[in-house]
Amino acid sequence: MRRVAITGMGAISALGRSVPEFAAALCQGRSGIGPIESTDRSQLRFQNGAEVHGYSHRPYFEDRRADFMDRFAQFAVIAAREAVAGAGIEWTPELRETAAIITGSCVGGQSTEDIGFQEVYKFSHNRVHPLTIPKTMANAGASHISMEFGITGPSFTISTACSSAAHAIGQACWMIRSGFTDLAITGGSEAPFSFGILKAWEAMRVVSPDTCRPFSKDRRGMILGEGAAIFVLEPLEKAQARGARIHAELVGFGMSADACHITQPSAEGAARAMRAALRDAQLAPEQIGYINAHGTATPANDATESAAIRAVFGAHADRLAVSSTKSMHGHGLGAAAAFECLAATLALREGVLPPTANFTEPDPDCDLDVIPNQARRAEVEYALSNSFAFGGLNAVLALRKA
Amino acid sequence: MPDDMTERVLKVIATSKRIPLEQVTIDSEFLQLGIDSMDAVEILFALENEFDISIPDDEVRHVRNVRQMVEGVKKLVAAKSAGAAEAPADTAASQ
Repeated sequence: MRRVAITGMGAISALGRSVPEFAAALCQGRSGIGPIESTDRSQLRFQNGAEVHGYSHRPYFEDRRADFMDRFAQFAVIAAREAVAGAGIEWTPELRETAAIITGSCVGGQSTEDIGFQEVYKFSHNRVHPLTIPKTMANAGASHISMEFGITGPSFTISTACSSAAHAIGQACWMIRSGFTDLAITGGSEAPFSFGILKAWEAMRVVSPDTCRPFSKDRRGMILGEGAAIFVLEPLEKAQARGARIHAELVGFGMSADACHITQPSAEGAARAMRAALRDAQLAPEQIGYINAHGTATPANDATESAAIRAVFGAHADRLAVSSTKSMHGHGLGAAAAFECLAATLALREGVLPPTANFTEPDPDCDLDVIPNQARRAEVEYALSNSFAFGGLNAVLALRKA
Repeated sequence: MPDDMTERVLKVIATSKRIPLEQVTIDSEFLQLGIDSMDAVEILFALENEFDISIPDDEVRHVRNVRQMVEGVKKLVAAKSAGAAEAPADTAASQ
């Protein structure tokens, strides 16, 4: 079994258009949440989101290429470029043929679909743009990454709602570990700010009317986010041999299904996923120093997740630092776990644990050390990144400081 | 006998939850009827359509039984008719 190194990272999100900008915002506890700009919000009950501010494809893609890409696929390629450049990959024909691409996305290009369907349903135009299908498909992110770098190896997309990117990264990790491939590009991307999608979220009554306050007593729901985070994974030994910078090691991946309810979380299912990740990493609970929580800021998730953490870690739960960075980058759905794996990697690498921003008041149902509002200096050796999706499909990643 | 508006609310609950109308009374607790949070969200959606009202999240956070739901709906319907009397042109805004 081979050890797995993260050698490249890229990100575009409400916190900025590169990993250094993302890292700086987390350290400052600065939230990227603000009034939604890309969609008319006059008929929306909620007003705020975590968008990539002022985004245009222009600095990144020629117009004709962008015509073929929904915003979510553009984000995937932009983050992949940063990750691959940072990793300093030297492409050979063999590497291009064997490298894997595994992306996560929840809604794919539904924004494109939403606009296309307005044409027929609302404007009675009786025709939809011919690129609607190739722009909408959730695998378009992986496909455009493959075309960007000429990668012809195994490439696919995983869609498990809010766990998508964790399932993708975990799968990529196992493919490196098992010797199936020597290079994997993995992560998640999402762009859900389209009127129809926002109305569907509004109807669920889980979106906060103000901001995202995970674990806070007055939390009122999630805030949607967008963007992408992409990683380059390699076998640790090979990465060291070529002198690559190792940001962190991926040491474990655990999954579970709640088999319970299509939207309500289960502490039992979440706990089983955390235990599975610890088992896969061959770690004792006491070795974990930081958890990047799923922490959506819905009343149900945060209380359930807190109970699950207590169930898994027992007394050690009082010595653990836990934070939800969704308070800053928003809930990126299929990209969420990628943002959070990045936040956990940066926490280990920099020795700075990101805070739970927008925190106002402790909740007895979430009695954990949630790093309220201020980042904290702490050298941590092992961290977990939790993802618990609608549909009860859970995925947890375990990371080790490089 | 329940009034007409109460009857309509009971019917919406029974139809959404797909339970016999006889099971739903003004005194029913959601817990008794097996109504969880997602069921409640669906019922709110059906009530908004039935009464042509918009039910804000804040109004529903602490609603736990049928009586509270009926009272909430009556309040919003009354506010709507008062608003319509003052400004008849505004009624379509919530559609």
